[in-house]
Amino acid sequence: VPRPQKLPAPSFDLTHHTLDNGLRVLLAPDRSAPVVGVAVLYDVGFRSEPEGRTGFAHLFEHLMFQGSATLEKMEHFRYVESSGGSFNGSTHFDYTNYFEALPSNALERGLFLEADRMRGPRITEENLANQLDVVKNEIRVNVLNAPYGGFPWIYLPAVLFDTFANSHNGYGGFEDLESATTDDAKDFFQRYYAPGNAVLAVGGDLDVDETLALIEKHFGGIRKRRVGKRPDFAEPPLSGERRDTHADPHAPLPAVAIGYRVPDPVGALDDLLATVLVAEVLSDGDASRLQRRLVQRDHLVTDVSAYIGEFGDPFDERDPTALTISAHYPDPGSLDGILTALDEELARIAEDGLDKGELDRVRTRLVSMQLRELDAVMPRTLELAKFELLHGRAELITELPGRLAAVSEDAVRAAAAALQPDRRAVLELVAGGAQ
Amino acid sequence: VTAAVPALTAPRAARRLKSDEAVLDNGLRVVAVRKPGVPVVELRLRLPFLSTKPAHPAQSSLLAEAMLTGAGGRDRSALAAVIQGLGGDLSANVDADRLVLVGNVLATNLRKMLDVVAAVVQEPTYAKDEVATERERLVEKLTITRARPGVVASEALATRMWGEHPYAIDLAQPEDVAVVTPGQLRTLHRALVRPSGGALIMVGDVPPGRMIQQAATALAGWSGKPPKPPVPSLPEPPAGALRIVDRPGSVQSTFRMGTPAVGRTDPGFAALQLANLAFGGYFTSRWTENLREDKGYTYGPHSRLEHHLLGSVLKLSVEVAGDVTAPAFLETLYELGRIAALPVREQEVESVRQYAIGSLALSTATQAGLASTLSALSAFGLGLDWIAGHPQRLSDTTVDEVSAAAARYFAPSGFTSVVVGDAEAIAAPLSALAPVER
Repeated sequence: VPRPQKLPAPSFDLTHHTLDNGLRVLLAPDRSAPVVGVAVLYDVGFRSEPEGRTGFAHLFEHLMFQGSATLEKMEHFRYVESSGGSFNGSTHFDYTNYFEALPSNALERGLFLEADRMRGPRITEENLANQLDVVKNEIRVNVLNAPYGGFPWIYLPAVLFDTFANSHNGYGGFEDLESATTDDAKDFFQRYYAPGNAVLAVGGDLDVDETLALIEKHFGGIRKRRVGKRPDFAEPPLSGERRDTHADPHAPLPAVAIGYRVPDPVGALDDLLATVLVAEVLSDGDASRLQRRLVQRDHLVTDVSAYIGEFGDPFDERDPTALTISAHYPDPGSLDGILTALDEELARIAEDGLDKGELDRVRTRLVSMQLRELDAVMPRTLELAKFELLHGRAELITELPGRLAAVSEDAVRAAAAALQPDRRAVLELVAGGAQ
Repeated sequence: VTAAVPALTAPRAARRLKSDEAVLDNGLRVVAVRKPGVPVVELRLRLPFLSTKPAHPAQSSLLAEAMLTGAGGRDRSALAAVIQGLGGDLSANVDADRLVLVGNVLATNLRKMLDVVAAVVQEPTYAKDEVATERERLVEKLTITRARPGVVASEALATRMWGEHPYAIDLAQPEDVAVVTPGQLRTLHRALVRPSGGALIMVGDVPPGRMIQQAATALAGWSGKPPKPPVPSLPEPPAGALRIVDRPGSVQSTFRMGTPAVGRTDPGFAALQLANLAFGGYFTSRWTENLREDKGYTYGPHSRLEHHLLGSVLKLSVEVAGDVTAPAFLETLYELGRIAALPVREQEVESVRQYAIGSLALSTATQAGLASTLSALSAFGLGLDWIAGHPQRLSDTTVDEVSAAAARYFAPSGFTSVVVGDAEAIAAPLSALAPVER
């Protein structure tokens, strides 16, 4: 067993600035390659969708690409790609991002494109109808026509959480999507897309002073708008086990997702980190507890994974967020055996503690994975923007290795002990597909 | 350009990366590139794995699954614990052409990681119980994989294009996997997991000379040369009829279409690459604008070039709503015919040229991206020079050359086509557009 090693930490040269209209700006220069990342994150996600409008935050994200203050439809795509760049956007539980990775000589163009749509997208009946069709096809390809489509991120929150905000389908039901109007879109933009509700991050090959001047030039003139207070979406831990089933007509083997409400990632970060370490001890690699027990020894499951955050990123959501343990297994009769084994393994961590060196190797790997994800300019810029928006401080990224190193074995044991059967939601996927 | 849209400023050249290359005494080619960034090294060990033996797909698939279940006297979890403690990761994957060990590790632990790699290639265990576990799991994983319509479609396309050739097999059959023994895995490993003819790529924030030295020391005891397999040339794929694979209850139809193309060593490659981007290889492409942004038939069509040792394929992929299956196929045939029969526009070529140059720079601006690109290139005898020289080749390609490439490769009559969907619903409308077969 290798001796505990000092964990390397990422470091950034960050500049913060806030424009008069409230837009928070973050610059992270790195001149090692002639590429830049431009990211705008708006503080709105699935959780802020009104009832009867499931999927609207994501549908609206599509509309943000359909032309803007001075650009026709298709022009955004053309300007990014003909500059040698690529673009995308994605909707999350607590935020929505828009981004371009560009050769650094297109930096000002990228800033212009983001500013132009912050002024307003072209919301027309035609664009709405077209993107409604596109989104329905996105849902068909990723969910309705796919084995295990949307499992568990769409279906588990409905069992684990109680409020509409936390439990509804973020992709949206077709009926809700079809009833969305251009007025809904205009209201949504007015309410959530104010400069004061956004973070702009630019990373990579840039000069800080020049870039701040360009940002002032393109974003400074966007009118300040009132930003509403974000509601608190927190829910207390469960007090009794919940069970449900989900029928999947295409899945050939059953699956299960077991969810637990976990500590507030923003307000109780160190507690959350202890739970992150539990998840890694349980399922990262062939030496992990559940791989050894469920895959290698008991032959109960084909695969198993434990992760925090509905999309596998423990820092992607504010309170509430979840630990999910999910597995595919060949024999539909195995579920009780899987749950019993899981409880035994959690109890072993809680009662017997960790093996010599176990926590160190898990931490080392976690930090190494984090570093790796920060190598590319676009993911790095998005991470910085996300920490700035959700945690209020992009610098927190650089402190994570130290914070992880400071989590004690007792804290990890306590985090495992909190994962009691009466605190969990169990969603069983019933396989309807041909074997 | 709309007046308000800022012009591009002068491009900055990418910094030249320090690299080194050596062929070790055992015949392994080692390429090391110092890429500043995070304190990590990316590794790719690529070994030729082509074989015409009928049992090979099942054996090589299981070998890749079981390769890391014990080596050098360490059992499965001891091996995994060592790798994890180095801040590392190691996995094996295989296709008809090659086996690749893919890894990464904290830069300070590179030497220890190379020792692990050395143990895996030289002293694998293939313990009976671990092989049994992985055999069972592989059968289950294959079942799960084959439930995906895109996998079914790609498999049907490969079978149809390549007939009896090894390239026809995308995935092993469960019944073939079920009979593979640990002894067969050891025999296969002994025969093909050999350094001569293979390549090790390392990219990270470490001086290249040191990386090569560490690899040479760690892998000094590994030796041998794999036998040269008989290499059957690729057959001419049958074009024409559209094959329908029935998947009752599908709410979408999944199309895969393929035609033989050329690879990066061909003088016409840059023109083909640009023609492909203009057709359906990026978002601004004709196919995407028509099928997605105009008609809303799909979330996104994609066309791409896939490069295999024995030949390249131009492959089109799209999933469309079931009730617009025939109209979407009609528009696809129309766009293929249009780009093949009419000249492409200069503005389109300029756009795809910049995109190709920019996306190459972006994809090779990370340690992992550069390592994977170099690994793929190494199979064709190409390396950093190819990456450095490609922007110039793209710049030198004329609009006429792109039109000629489009005419040669995009003719709809040249494609082998399959669709996976609800046959009951889609067969009749599709038969109005092309001969269909079930």
